Amino acid sequence: MTSGNSHQRSPILRVYAALVFAFIYLPITVLILYSFNRDGVGGFPPRHFTLDWYRQLFSDAAIWESVVNSLIVAAASVALSLTLGLFAALALDRASFPGKALFRRLVLLPLILPGIITGLSLLMFAVFAAMQLSLLTVFLGHGTALISVATTELFAGLQKLDRAQEEASLDLGATPWQTFWRITLPNLKLSLIAAGLLIFTLSMDEIAVTFFLIGRDNTLPLEIWGRLRRGITPEINAISTLIFAVSVALIVIWYRLRARIGTQAQELLERP
Amino acid sequence: MYSRAYKTIISIPPLLWVCLFLLLPYALMFAHSFWLVRDGFLVHQWNLQNYRALFTNPLYFQVFLRTARIAASVTLCSLLLGYPLAYYLSFHAGPRKELLYQLVIVPLWVSYLVRGYAWKTILGSDGVLNGFLQYLHITHEPVSFFLYSPFAVVLMLTHIYTPFVFLPIYASLEHIPRPLLEASQDLGADRRTTFLRVILPLSIPGLVAGATFAFVLSLGDFLAPLLVGGPSATMIANIVQSLFGAAYDWPLGAAISVCILLITVSLLFTTERLEKRWAFK
Repeated sequence: MTSGNSHQRSPILRVYAALVFAFIYLPITVLILYSFNRDGVGGFPPRHFTLDWYRQLFSDAAIWESVVNSLIVAAASVALSLTLGLFAALALDRASFPGKALFRRLVLLPLILPGIITGLSLLMFAVFAAMQLSLLTVFLGHGTALISVATTELFAGLQKLDRAQEEASLDLGATPWQTFWRITLPNLKLSLIAAGLLIFTLSMDEIAVTFFLIGRDNTLPLEIWGRLRRGITPEINAISTLIFAVSVALIVIWYRLRARIGTQAQELLERP
Repeated sequence: MYSRAYKTIISIPPLLWVCLFLLLPYALMFAHSFWLVRDGFLVHQWNLQNYRALFTNPLYFQVFLRTARIAASVTLCSLLLGYPLAYYLSFHAGPRKELLYQLVIVPLWVSYLVRGYAWKTILGSDGVLNGFLQYLHITHEPVSFFLYSPFAVVLMLTHIYTPFVFLPIYASLEHIPRPLLEASQDLGADRRTTFLRVILPLSIPGLVAGATFAFVLSLGDFLAPLLVGGPSATMIANIVQSLFGAAYDWPLGAAISVCILLITVSLLFTTERLEKRWAFK
């Protein structure tokens, strides 16, 4: 008898898995490689190594302006969706009210709905409320759509929380307010940081919702999008390489944090 | 243990926000779909004209069919790539399992645009793939049909959704109690039989969840056709996007959006029930 299947050899499966990994990582590898290619984004093999495209990128004011816009939107979205997501997670965990199941589905809907639906419905709302399209509407879109991510992450964190501590605090005469600030919130610290990192990354990269809510000032992805229409240069490879590097760094930290919290990463993708 | 006031205070802000910024916008979209545009102005007159146009104009039906075909291809390809990968990681990866798992989920959160752009530089007529083929003397002139075709859209979306499909399948494979496999072997089943009769049926809920993600998200995609698809790969969401832009017919665009929304929600609802029925207890 063998212990499960785990030690059986299967070379074909291994090769297949390696090929799938190659498929997943090949495009990004090519992208990074060609950001150092003097002769442009195409052709083979890349011949002349250069850092010119990065130099060009660092002196490109429009790109950095859009980076600042994206940073502002992302930071504000983190603040908004974490706050509301925390309330929503607490409500789902502890309160009962009519329509709770519906509320849960509604909050999580933007997670699974195509971005165009969320983007367009918010565009109609903005017009209805006579709001000018600007970074503010983009922030409303990101912040609202990403409450879904904050809620799933923080709800998972709440489930791991030791209720006895809160109970003890309340029994010993602390007000619910004190208990919230001194027990609940500190215990959720890691979940909050992890959720914040994820929301930040997703907001920095968001394009489908932003597409419909953007005003005069571009976010970074929309700035890149606009340039793609005008023809491509390795400068876009260079900025993409930087985006990739930053995203990977943030995601790896997020993953480590989640591992420390002890929740499974796949819970996030459990359906609404 | 929590007081009534506490419960009220935590419930009110998210409820209000969700009603104002999710429910109301969806309701507005629904309302728009029953209005119409006359002489370039939105008229708040309730009618079914938009839906009638959707069901009588064959153009919309054609584009919708193409969209469904592309989404189905993406789903199938992502499953063909994602399932074996999940199977390998769950049963054969040994000590490298954790590292490999992280390697699959990292691209999941990396910019859609960056990954789409990468394909554009690879598939273009003076792109990397054409350069490579000419370098090897397989072709002598640039091949132009890689980019700007439904094929390019399927390729790009498969690349993006394979990790999405992988995740729930991997989770369901990880939840299969290993003694079941031993039992199957002890009772004389070979590996193929064990896979077909034990592992596959138990992983169906994950498979369905993954397939739903890939299908639903591809169904509403409009960026991939713009980026790598070209006119021959116009999808239903591109029609919506142009109706909200240059073509200026918000009510018709809203009607199509409502259809996408309804299809998405009913698919989610159906597959959720299926998963529950097939779930391993």
